[in-house]
Amino acid sequence: MGEFFHSVTLDRDQCMGCTNCIKRCPTGAIRVREGKATISPERCIDCGECIRICPHHAKRAIYDPLEEIERFEYAVALPAPSLYAQFNNLEDTDLVLSALEELGFDEVYEVACAAELVSDATRRYLARPDVPKPVISSACPAVLRLIRVRFPGLLPHVLPIVAPVELAARLAKRRAAKRTGLPIEKIGAVFISPCPAKVTAMRMPLGSAHSEIDAVLAMKEVYPKLLGLMKQTKARPLSASGRIGLGWAESGGEAAGLISTERYLAADGIENVIRVLEDLEDEKLGELDFVELNACSGGCVGGVLTVENPYIARAKLKLLRRYLPVSRNHLPEEADERLLWEVPMEYQPVLELGADASERFARYSEMQRLLAALPGLDCGSCGAPSCAALAEDIVRGEAATEDCVVLMRERMEAVLRALRVDRDGYSGG
Amino acid sequence: MADAQDKILLEYQVPGDDFTRAGEASADLKARLKTLGFPAASVRKAAISLYEGEINLAIHAGGGKIRVELTPARIEMWLDDEGPGIPDIALAMSEGYSTAPDEVRSLGFGAGMGLPNMKKYTDEFEIASEVGRGTHIRMAVDIGPA
Repeated sequence: MGEFFHSVTLDRDQCMGCTNCIKRCPTGAIRVREGKATISPERCIDCGECIRICPHHAKRAIYDPLEEIERFEYAVALPAPSLYAQFNNLEDTDLVLSALEELGFDEVYEVACAAELVSDATRRYLARPDVPKPVISSACPAVLRLIRVRFPGLLPHVLPIVAPVELAARLAKRRAAKRTGLPIEKIGAVFISPCPAKVTAMRMPLGSAHSEIDAVLAMKEVYPKLLGLMKQTKARPLSASGRIGLGWAESGGEAAGLISTERYLAADGIENVIRVLEDLEDEKLGELDFVELNACSGGCVGGVLTVENPYIARAKLKLLRRYLPVSRNHLPEEADERLLWEVPMEYQPVLELGADASERFARYSEMQRLLAALPGLDCGSCGAPSCAALAEDIVRGEAATEDCVVLMRERMEAVLRALRVDRDGYSGG
Repeated sequence: MADAQDKILLEYQVPGDDFTRAGEASADLKARLKTLGFPAASVRKAAISLYEGEINLAIHAGGGKIRVELTPARIEMWLDDEGPGIPDIALAMSEGYSTAPDEVRSLGFGAGMGLPNMKKYTDEFEIASEVGRGTHIRMAVDIGPA
């Protein structure tokens, strides 16, 4: 399975060892051991739920510092469409793009433009007769990683087309190389991201051997800088995206951008995504062509690196899109091929109980035996999210029955009772 | 091949009047099959056929009992109820035939694909029924060589 990189990490000093995050994690990747949370790198899908829930701000997203812009001889900003939805009273996107150039970028390339190209390619992919329906969108890196560990049967349904930001990086670098005459490696493609999962997608991409994104900045760090610059910047005509491109910022935008079909659904929020994937697997959803899934509520505007409330951001986005043409970027059909994944995504059986059937069956039986003795309160005090998870940890050799606080209290009470009987028996005699 | 240790038994009670709960048994079975490492195609077949069976128990039989036996080579399921029984099994097995009441159909169930799907998604399917006494179904999914 190789090494793992994750953009969600723990600040040990801030962690109080409470049970909020272990309960929230959709892949059961977190345990509290010796008073501190630990995240299993095999299981973590970088969804950011633990960052959202932690009351002590002990879960941190890893991203690059703003100074990273200076590392490149020529830096291109790749603003996510959700960036535009962060600002109040924004009339058009030119002001944001111009301010990005003032911030130190040599030019900008809107991810929204690349998104419109991905929409074109997806539309034609859906029309292919050999494609298993429904096709599941692959733009959300957390959803991809979730499918990879929990829904192996759905892998053939995943759209094997690069995410808009990856395509934006490729196109931006080639355009800049042509304009400047610089070699590609001197040009940096810097993503302004709403979510930490994109940092993981850059370091450990799925679908391609390596990513052409060179750095990922947090939207929440770029935002205040832009606010100041936007007051003094004169907007230059830089924007090149239409309504479809901007629509990718919110749940339903990618699917609506297909235009060619009405038979789609869009689900957002990791729990809803899991429910839809379960139903898809059981073929309960009937005739659908496309399923759009976003791990964050509201879509990318709900990412943990954004500033604005996702629902207000969606309202702002609606105003911004109002006067735009439907789409302003088109992909020639012969280019479809170049957007396809070069590396297929493979199932990672990290949630299975063991390496072979007999080990898995033996561990399962042992787990059921342990589970019958555990209190079934799912209190989380042992550091595992549920009694079943503790039983599993025990059979994996990572925990012990003594970790159960409730059982230990019962045992202690029994000991105390025995002591009292001894003492009372003695004094009474 | 499978010795006694390589056998897992599961039991579920399906309530007769609660649609929102029909599906719990197949969802639970699916999760267990996944941690046990059954191949995705077999998990899908077992989950779909058991789900159809659960819905039938809830709609037609006033509830019932499900037993599942797992070995690394096979997923075998028994569904037993003491409902009204099926007068004409051949007719009930034909696609699109349904006796589900309108209120059930309005929920999206009762399309007449339940029994045909159970047969389609399993490698073995047996049904026995007696009017006034109940229905018994046995179905099995064989696991191909890894």
